[in-house]
Amino acid sequence: MLPRLEPRSGVSAAMMLLTPAIAVGLTLIAGVIMFAALGFDPGRALYTFFVKPVSTLYGVSELLVKATPLAIIGIGLALGFRANVWNIGAEGQFTLGAICGGGVALALHGVESWLVLPAMAVAGILGGLAWGAIPALLRVRFNANEILTSLMLTYVATLLLSYLVHGPWRDPDGLNFPESRMFEDSALLPVILDETRLSIAAPITLLIVLAGWLVLSRAFLGFQIKVVGQSPAAASYAGFSEKRLIWTTLCVSGALAGLAGMFEVSGPIGQLHPVVSPGYGFTAIIVAFLGRLHPVGVLFASLLIALSYLGGELAQIELKLPLALTGVFQGMLLFFLLGTDVLIRYRVRFGRRGAQIALPQGG
Amino acid sequence: MKRAGLLLAAAAALGLAAGAQAADKLKVGFVYVGPIGDHGWTYRHDVGRLAIEKTFGDKVETTYVESVSEGADSERVIRQLASTGHGLIFTTSFGFMNPTVKVAKKFPKVKFEHCSGYKRAANVSTYLARFYEGRTISGLVAGKMTKSNVIGYIASFPIPEVVRGINAFTLALREVNPKAEVKVVWVNTWYDPGKEGDAAKALIDQGADVILQHTDSPAPAQIAQKRGVWAVGQASDMTKFAPRAHLTAIIDNWDSYYVARTKAVLDGTWKESDVWGGLKSGMVEMAPYNSAIPKDVVALAKQAEADIKSGKRHPFQGPVRNQAGKVVIPEGKTADDKMLLSMDWYVEGVQGKLPGK
Repeated sequence: MLPRLEPRSGVSAAMMLLTPAIAVGLTLIAGVIMFAALGFDPGRALYTFFVKPVSTLYGVSELLVKATPLAIIGIGLALGFRANVWNIGAEGQFTLGAICGGGVALALHGVESWLVLPAMAVAGILGGLAWGAIPALLRVRFNANEILTSLMLTYVATLLLSYLVHGPWRDPDGLNFPESRMFEDSALLPVILDETRLSIAAPITLLIVLAGWLVLSRAFLGFQIKVVGQSPAAASYAGFSEKRLIWTTLCVSGALAGLAGMFEVSGPIGQLHPVVSPGYGFTAIIVAFLGRLHPVGVLFASLLIALSYLGGELAQIELKLPLALTGVFQGMLLFFLLGTDVLIRYRVRFGRRGAQIALPQGG
Repeated sequence: MKRAGLLLAAAAALGLAAGAQAADKLKVGFVYVGPIGDHGWTYRHDVGRLAIEKTFGDKVETTYVESVSEGADSERVIRQLASTGHGLIFTTSFGFMNPTVKVAKKFPKVKFEHCSGYKRAANVSTYLARFYEGRTISGLVAGKMTKSNVIGYIASFPIPEVVRGINAFTLALREVNPKAEVKVVWVNTWYDPGKEGDAAKALIDQGADVILQHTDSPAPAQIAQKRGVWAVGQASDMTKFAPRAHLTAIIDNWDSYYVARTKAVLDGTWKESDVWGGLKSGMVEMAPYNSAIPKDVVALAKQAEADIKSGKRHPFQGPVRNQAGKVVIPEGKTADDKMLLSMDWYVEGVQGKLPGK
């Protein structure tokens, strides 16, 4: 007799909040089994993976450096995902933010003014916003699927950056190598902890989390987003404009990704490169879902995912474990999260079905 | 709480034990841009790492971190290696240059070796191989083997190193076959089997019957074999992927350099340097020539190898003309290292325009 899933009558709110913690716990247990099977001391392996990276102040600062772009992008994406607007192209919007912010830094090379950084931030935000507005226009005007258009624009953005650093923005003293000159101090984010790369981007991220939370819980916009996401029909009866929400969520998530891109090049990188992101825009999608599409949840999720990257690096260095381990941990985390999600919405039943209930279709 | 504390203490003790053990060993770290299984660039660096282990046995311990992004991550990885007791660190991609220099400033006692860059410091050396010498040899072979007189060249990024390879190849190609021309496709990646394979297909469709590559996967050679044309492998001997099509390959051989630099650190004689080795020093090698190549062509290739080693032949021997027909290197002169390191123009015989120009 095959087990089958029956929908539960109600979804426990407490469980919704608990499942991420349960998923983390299950991941750790599975990790212990995996390390033991590979012949490693599970205690030491888990310690190296999850504790050692943040056992020093420098480690903590690097965790925040790595989590910052993930959190900023993730919050923007969460707003859109709640309204069923699927922006998959944050990577491209991030890149455009880096290009525009970095472009201002290069144009103002040699200018010593506190205005350089704000100008770069505005340019980065506008760049990301513009890149998010294109899929919005295509969706609203031509009903083109934003999943495809935003994803395809990512490649356009990467190639544009590649063209710029190979051509017009190449470092004049760089022997034709493909990178811009290093930014001047006035174009670099102030570091808030000596001897680290922790910049003012981190506290600004906290403000963005707070703003995202207020928008969702207090603002009318947040209410509209939630209604559209949960019941598009009800939203249209209420007279909420779906088009306006598409515009707003894509522009806001694009702008935030753009800001994150500008932070990255004016922070830890300090110049324009052909590669400015190791896939932050895509990883942030996982972060958004792991964080329950809630700004505070996204913040915690970004820290957790950032830790998995740092742990993966350290596990390679200290335990000579393969890089694939990072992917395995992230995969297990998502698997257990989705698994527990299914189980709080449905109950598993064995035996013959009594009253015939159509199995709800996922979608 | 108590149990967690115990676990932490135990783990810390383990960490201490590992630290004490490693104190008398030289720890050598490697930062790779790709996976060690790429069969090309990173694979060859990892073979060099294993050569260090084989040569020095118990005296060294090596570590590597693979697929490190050239963005913000690399600085952290390099710093993690430096702060975990590594005395010698090799960073093997151009994009790691500035992060390497930044970390080196904070760890003056650690020696750094950066591959392919130009920034040095008291504890940062640079090294690279003169791959273009191998391009000369493959140009001679390709010029003799082509029937269509169209050569397909899969290029990664328009940086001087790659342009230099295209030019050295084209000069040798037209020396033995003045009618031959080179079509270049830029794939903007060092390693992407799908893209590289597609580029090979496109070039073959345009009439190319020899495929050169400055990317790292064996995909172009495999496509060449399938379509019945020739290929020249890159970075490692790719014969086993395309035994019929594989004419030869330009092999990167870092083994002796890595062993020598490790020895220098062990002896305390390590000094900042800039090494650019070629066929002569063994950093560049040619893979075995395909048995389908006529004997006289193999002899020509081997003679050219010997002449480059002895200094009798230079890959950029004047007169060399650019695409516009203007003489850039006059008769009797050869290109100096400065010109080679900043090369951003095509020689006569290359079709198309260099991107970004």
